[in-house]
Amino acid sequence: MSAAIQAPAAMPERAETPTWQSLRRFSGDGFSVAAAIVVLIFVLLAVLAPWIAPHDPYETDLLRRLQPPAWMEGGEWSYILGCDALGRDILSRIIYGSQVSITIGLAVVLISTAIGTVLGLAAGYMRGWVDIAISRVVDILLGFPYLIFAIALMAMMGPGLQNIILALVYKEWVVPARVVRGEVLAAREMEYVEAARAIGAPRLHIMFREILPNILSPVIVVSTIRMAHVIILEASLSFLGIGVQPPTASWGSMVADGRSFVLDAWWVSTFPGIAILVLVLSINVASQGLRDAFDPKFSD
Amino acid sequence: MSDMQHRPLLEVRDLEKVYHLNSGLLQRIARQPALNLRAVNKVSFSIQPGETLGLIGESGCGKSTLARTVLRLHEPTSGSITFEGSDITKLPHREMTALRRSMQIIFQDPYASLNPRKSVEEIVGLPLSLHGIAKRGEIRDRVVAMLESVGLKSAHMGRFPHQFSGGQRQRIGIARALILNPSFVVCDEPVSALDVSIQAQIITLLESLKRELGLTYLFISHDIGVIGHVSDRIAVMYLGDIVEMGPSREVLKAPKHPYTKALLSAVPQIDAGARRERVKLTGDLPSPIAPPPGCKFHTRCPFAIERCRHEVPALRDLGGDMKAACHLVSAS
Repeated sequence: MSAAIQAPAAMPERAETPTWQSLRRFSGDGFSVAAAIVVLIFVLLAVLAPWIAPHDPYETDLLRRLQPPAWMEGGEWSYILGCDALGRDILSRIIYGSQVSITIGLAVVLISTAIGTVLGLAAGYMRGWVDIAISRVVDILLGFPYLIFAIALMAMMGPGLQNIILALVYKEWVVPARVVRGEVLAAREMEYVEAARAIGAPRLHIMFREILPNILSPVIVVSTIRMAHVIILEASLSFLGIGVQPPTASWGSMVADGRSFVLDAWWVSTFPGIAILVLVLSINVASQGLRDAFDPKFSD
Repeated sequence: MSDMQHRPLLEVRDLEKVYHLNSGLLQRIARQPALNLRAVNKVSFSIQPGETLGLIGESGCGKSTLARTVLRLHEPTSGSITFEGSDITKLPHREMTALRRSMQIIFQDPYASLNPRKSVEEIVGLPLSLHGIAKRGEIRDRVVAMLESVGLKSAHMGRFPHQFSGGQRQRIGIARALILNPSFVVCDEPVSALDVSIQAQIITLLESLKRELGLTYLFISHDIGVIGHVSDRIAVMYLGDIVEMGPSREVLKAPKHPYTKALLSAVPQIDAGARRERVKLTGDLPSPIAPPPGCKFHTRCPFAIERCRHEVPALRDLGGDMKAACHLVSAS
């Protein structure tokens, strides 16, 4: 304990930034850290899939059609979670399926956060017609049910990984845009913004260098929460057959594949379903912890 | 020198700042009457080079708005601002930005006026890099010199604002305002957020910097003790109007306007022998959205007569550089 107290005194030159303090608070929250580690494991699975997966996820073997998991009668330890209707290894397909979920989750959230942040900053700081235009578009997009909006877009553009990302970004940017606009409206009245104007700082400097660093934590927190939503939406689209196309493994389409024989071969749908559940739950718990760490006012 | 006396550094004429409330689309559709908040009402004054003009008034009387409008941080509704001989009222943004080197502001709240995510070096060095005045290496040297001249250690450069006390933070704010070598500085209640023990230190610092750097201050405060101490001349503001203006000594010793008398009566007297005429203020500051007709002060003035309720008093010259806006005051 005494070492922890002395540590900051040893380096008086560069002090802790608020962001660093928040990260340290986060690291003290065991439950959230565990959830974050689970998320990281999924990311590693996605990246290392070709080396980790025990079998080729596309290799069909009709002799192993609907082979049960290893611990059940007729199961085999080399196919731990059993096989699907085409005799493909379910574990390998889940590992490869994480690539789709993580890629789409990350891509959609990163792209829409970037777009939403810029538009939210513009709307909140410049006000006037810029604000009116952006806010109306946001209101209109918020009026559509998300899934139906995505289904309609997918029907127009056709399936495929890029199109899923596009279809989701079209609506997802609204969330960070609203958050950022609200935060900017509060931050622009702060005296340090006025001080920046008084020393002649240009508008872009004030928006991106003075205001943005101060509103970044809620944006990061919201983005991580939204990643869970996006992963569920991708699974929903793939479940409906308008997302990632076969034979590419996606958790959503794997659940759909097993739908017709849930009673006879429950493992085909159940394991990918559990994968979705665990990943989404972990992201939610970790982002909750991030929120508490970045904004101590909320935690109780 | 006498020529300098006649050419003010800053001259403000009939400056007006009106905020339009209720002017949103929905309010217009609902035909709600437009409300105008006249924060600054046709104010005129001038400041000579090297002078400190003290601006005093209650909270909400428009002092800060006046100062920010003079600096064009808020756009004036009408009137003119002349700085160093040229009219800056309508100066385009780009030229105004260049002019900001010469006119700076020190803020009231040293907790809100420093960006919490930036180190002291970044905060104090930013004006130099923005205006392209110094190269990267020189910036550091100039920041060090500036910090030392406001009484901070250069070893603290890497720290963040939250690691300083209120007084130290105000010193950082002063360093940021003065690093561009401005000629004119607005001090917007620079000590009212600080502990009394720290106030004196900051005021002493501001006064010695003024002497060293040849600064001109517009010093805003609601504390007449502070204003009396630092100012050469004093202007008293009430609900957007300047009601009295004159040399510091005269205003404090022989105030003309009943409002100034009331402000001075509120100051505790140590010397029991020197009792002043006491004027008590009753009631609250009226709403600036619907100010009283006639003299705005008549609702709280113990001397108000019928004329005060209808006729707006003009700010009249009383001789000896004194001015007051009151029907009951005659030239001496």
